[in-house]
Amino acid sequence: MTDDSLDSPSRRRALGCLAYGGAGTLFVLAGGVFTPLDLAAAAADADRRLGRPLFVQLSDTHIGFNKDANPDVSATLTRAIDLVNAMPEAPALLIHTGDITHLSRPAEFDLAQQLFSRINTPELHTVPGEHDTSDATVSEYFSRFGKASNNKGYYSFDHAGVHFIALVNVLNFKPGGLGTLGADQLEWVENDLKGRSASTPIVVFAHMPLWSVYEPWGWGTGDAPQLMAYLRRFGSVTVLNGHIHQIVQKVEGNVTFHTARSTAYPQPAAGVGEGPGPLKVPADQLAGVLGISSVSLLTHPRSLALADRTLA
Amino acid sequence: MSARIRLATALLVSLFAVRAGAADEQIIQVSAKNFMFTPASITVKAGTTVTWVNLDEEPHTVFSDAGLFRSSALDTKEDFSFKFEKAGTYHYMCTIHPRMLGTVVVE
Repeated sequence: MTDDSLDSPSRRRALGCLAYGGAGTLFVLAGGVFTPLDLAAAAADADRRLGRPLFVQLSDTHIGFNKDANPDVSATLTRAIDLVNAMPEAPALLIHTGDITHLSRPAEFDLAQQLFSRINTPELHTVPGEHDTSDATVSEYFSRFGKASNNKGYYSFDHAGVHFIALVNVLNFKPGGLGTLGADQLEWVENDLKGRSASTPIVVFAHMPLWSVYEPWGWGTGDAPQLMAYLRRFGSVTVLNGHIHQIVQKVEGNVTFHTARSTAYPQPAAGVGEGPGPLKVPADQLAGVLGISSVSLLTHPRSLALADRTLA
Repeated sequence: MSARIRLATALLVSLFAVRAGAADEQIIQVSAKNFMFTPASITVKAGTTVTWVNLDEEPHTVFSDAGLFRSSALDTKEDFSFKFEKAGTYHYMCTIHPRMLGTVVVE
């Protein structure tokens, strides 16, 4: 990135927050195209050069996790929330792409909701991660967040001319690993999109990646190709996921796929090491495994000019 | 009488593998390191209670794909037991790490 504002005091403070944990991802609508933008950069964007904030994505807060990779996930979520609340203009929506909790325990959900209640954003939209549906009765998530979907988990809504579709791919796991949407949900999506103008910007969000990031670790959704067949005719499709605790992005035609960082702990890059799981790093190396993703909207308003850099 | 079989999820395979001692208790290793229940298949007599113990830092579940049993998420050192009354072959998996598959054969 060519922007030298990295050296500004406000930017350094924002980076300091990120260095402690993950933050979140802000999405701005630039020339009709959604552009993911690092939240810390947005918080420091007092003169709103980066666009009008529409929504923020948080993911994988894992409230209840207390192992070495991050003994205080509440503190890092609180820092992420502080960044959202510090934005010059509050976004209308906050989207949580799952793994709100670590063990689906009632006390974990209660604490998460208590922390979320501090967010200035008027609306919170969620989808469950597999950690949120790991209670024997699969009821804790739905008793709290099931209303929007009549307890199905998947639902849609419109905001500012954008159509949002929330999907669930962490129920009905197939032995062997990949997430599954299932025939019922796919049929619902097909009907939900029927008759919509191809010029309607679409945002789809689910917990597990809706494209194959790395199948040996289950980082994908087996029946996502059917979903993509329904989405392909639209001019602007943004597909958001969490689950892998790191940013991976792909652009395919009019579809942009983007996974978000966790606010709790990092995970290894695909295929590096024995398998996915909390990545333990010495505190003084944490900055080296976390990073920022910034977009220079001044020079490339219609493209995903995404710049990644570590915080080291 | 019913044998009590313990299936342990262990990150350090060699550390726990030798604990199969007492005649009425057998610890069967489940390695989460490679995202596999180890052994992937065990054979027990009808009436046996099988206990899964999570010795991993990651949570795991034990989920029968036939709907016979389903644990809540097991944190480190938590366990889950199920008594197998009828002969048959029972497949199970971890819903958090669905590549972790296991089978209990009841005779």
